[in-house]
Amino acid sequence: MSKGVGVDLEDVCIRFGDFVAVREANVSIKGGEFFSFLGPSGCGKTTILRAVSGFLEPSEGRVMIGGKDMAGFGPNKRPTALIFQNLALFPLMKVWENITFSLEVQGVGKAARRKRADELLEMIALTGQGDKLPSELSGGQKQRVAIARALCAEPDVLLLDEPLSALDLKLRQHMRTELREIQKRVGITFIYITHDQGEALTMSDNVAVMRAGIVDQISDGHSIYNDPATPFVASFVGENNVFRGKVKSINGDHAVIDTNRSGDLVARIATSAKGSLNIGDPAMMFLRPEACKIATDTSAAQNRLTAKVLHEEFEGQIYNVFLEGAQGKEIKMSLVNVGQERQSKHSNELTLEYNPDQAVILPAGELASE
Amino acid sequence: MKSENFLLKFFLVAYLVVFFGYLLGPLLVMSVTAFNSPSFPKLTPWECLTFEWFDVLAQDERIITGLKNSLIVGFGTVILSVVMGLAGALMLTQIWPKMRATYYTIVIAPILIPGVVLGISTLVFWDRVSVMLGFGSGSFFQNGIFLTILGQSTFIASYCMLVFVARLQRFDTGLTEAALDLGASNAQAFRKILLPFMKPAIASAAVLAFLASFENYNTTTFTFGKFPTLTIELAQKVRYGIDPSISALAFIIICLTVIGALAHEVYRRRQQLALNNGAPLSAVTGSFQLPKFLRGNPAAIVLVLISLGGFTTIWFSQVYSPKECILDVREQKRILQDLRIQDIKRKRLEQQKATQGTQSTAPANSSTLPQSPNKGAFGGVFAPDNLNKETGKKAVPQSPGKGAFGGVFAPGNLDKTGPQDKKSD
Ligand SMILES: Nc1ncnc2c1ncn2[C@@H]1O[C@H](COP(=O)(O)OP(=O)(O)OP(=O)(O)O)[C@@H](O)[C@H]1O
Ligand SMILES: [Mg+2]
Repeated sequence: MSKGVGVDLEDVCIRFGDFVAVREANVSIKGGEFFSFLGPSGCGKTTILRAVSGFLEPSEGRVMIGGKDMAGFGPNKRPTALIFQNLALFPLMKVWENITFSLEVQGVGKAARRKRADELLEMIALTGQGDKLPSELSGGQKQRVAIARALCAEPDVLLLDEPLSALDLKLRQHMRTELREIQKRVGITFIYITHDQGEALTMSDNVAVMRAGIVDQISDGHSIYNDPATPFVASFVGENNVFRGKVKSINGDHAVIDTNRSGDLVARIATSAKGSLNIGDPAMMFLRPEACKIATDTSAAQNRLTAKVLHEEFEGQIYNVFLEGAQGKEIKMSLVNVGQERQSKHSNELTLEYNPDQAVILPAGELASE
Repeated sequence: MKSENFLLKFFLVAYLVVFFGYLLGPLLVMSVTAFNSPSFPKLTPWECLTFEWFDVLAQDERIITGLKNSLIVGFGTVILSVVMGLAGALMLTQIWPKMRATYYTIVIAPILIPGVVLGISTLVFWDRVSVMLGFGSGSFFQNGIFLTILGQSTFIASYCMLVFVARLQRFDTGLTEAALDLGASNAQAFRKILLPFMKPAIASAAVLAFLASFENYNTTTFTFGKFPTLTIELAQKVRYGIDPSISALAFIIICLTVIGALAHEVYRRRQQLALNNGAPLSAVTGSFQLPKFLRGNPAAIVLVLISLGGFTTIWFSQVYSPKECILDVREQKRILQDLRIQDIKRKRLEQQKATQGTQSTAPANSSTLPQSPNKGAFGGVFAPDNLNKETGKKAVPQSPGKGAFGGVFAPGNLDKTGPQDKKSD
């Protein structure tokens, strides 16, 4: 099977009338990479994918596949295969006919198609089910048929539009690993779209986080999570306690902000904000619930907070403790369940502390709405 | 409580009887008259069971050509309407959303325009086209079949479009995109994805179009030219008086309709049954299994009974000859009439005796002979065909007056005696 080729979006803008769905997207995807677009509903993920697969021409900018400008090439002329949000299996064709549709339109004979279908059915662990209709398959099986159908076309780039969103949690987790395995086996470029951050982080080599038509950050999952580029990314990916304030002092990699309600707090300056953050600027500090610890030393410090326990949720491997800081500031803390004493006593006064390297400071900006 | 229930049931049954009587009564009566021997379609008096009207029908050149023309026109209309309807429906999905309502109104308009208007305008329009293109009269553009197909298709295509739009609304355009994405050309995507999806709708639209074309009169009456269709022929026939061969035709059409509807029902039920039994969908659309199909399927059983009935009827009609019965009836009528004549004679004689014959023989003479014209006139008014048939065969010159009246009401009757006699040989 052909090795994956790269996909580049250069200054791509896509407009529907006056509405700008995608704004100056610059994305470079390497060949053979598992790349995800992550973003809330309606942020333009599908639109980007349709521009790559050729159903849409960008209003501005270029879509390059394998270094070749794709302008003027229709979807049937591009080396891409798209797995649709709703799968779009052909309901009147049997499973094996679905899988080999791309061969049928090339005029490949029936026997050869049947043979290829059987190979692919074996790969997706559906041997012997080729004569069923799609309506006779389970959700996960349909999913795999859609993947086989796309792979049968031997694309250089496989595009997947939230293919797992319709599945239940167990199956979704199972399909994640399966997809990742298939990708490793065939070695072609996967461009994967999702609004589920868990999916994006577990499967991808690189993730692009989108907000209302703008690509905010492109990075590997680790950096996205630990070193967000914008307040939007910080609040959209995973959970964060947000502290608003003004920059009070900068000391190398770290800065202190004067928060509105919780006093002075210290944290690491995010990579994207280094050099551009000045004293007095409005800023935000993001503190992950799991970065909070209960302090044994209760003296005041720039990495300590006092708070009262409101209530507690038990999730098995962790406790979520909801606290109320100074002036009603809500704080969430997650503690790993290692059999310690629980903090559920109401109004219990606690002192929290965190490692300043595990919290980030960013210039103030738009947050992801809950 | 109980009586109330009973009353309710009674009214329900009564209502159903009236309702179905109203719906099916005329058809039933019409069908039965096809088997009665009098040459005017009637149910009573029941005279003789006969199949001769089917023979008459089969030998009626005009009906046969009419039927042929109807089939040709129907076929052409089906093709033209289905294609135009499908194109129109596809257009509706492609057109800018703002234009959609306007477009819809325009293409649906022919359904609302009276068929008469469509017929006239078709005739006028193509006549103009013919003239503008410099063709003489009798050109292709004035051909009856051509004009009728075009005229009917103007509105039948709209019907078809409605059927297609309903189906298209359930089409997932994502499927076409998926096909394109997998390398299909637009034509391939249309042929392999959209057309198979539309197939059931195309079948129903074709049936609808054919039926609408077959029964159309309003539009066709202006466009048929030298090619009258069946409805036109029937209308013309009725204008000059009818005989039960029309009932025979009606009977055949009714039978075909019922069989068609039942066959469809059988097919549908069989699928449903198989699905309920857990058969995979792919198997249901497959081959035909007779034993299973008869099981628990009333429609199938009715269909089998009907076809059995049909075969026995055909066989019976080959064996059975109504000749004797008809002669019998004739004989009886003659005897009845003779009796009546003698009766009248006797009465007159008695009258004469009573008045003691001052006006001697003259009235007595007239009472025997000229009595018949009188009676003929009355008979002609009240029951033209009955008497007419007899006299027509046995004593044609007996009463010219009678013949004249009979002729007014049922001109075909006299003619029919010819073939009738021929056939009973
Ligand atoms: N054909 C179109 N005409 C006008 N606006 C459109 C069209 N397609 C998409 N949009 C708009 O573009 C925006 C982005 O749509 P898109 O389908 O890319 O969202 P998405 O990120 O895929 O969302 P989801 O996760 O819900 O699928 C939306 O606000 C949508 O309303
Ligand atoms: Mg989408």
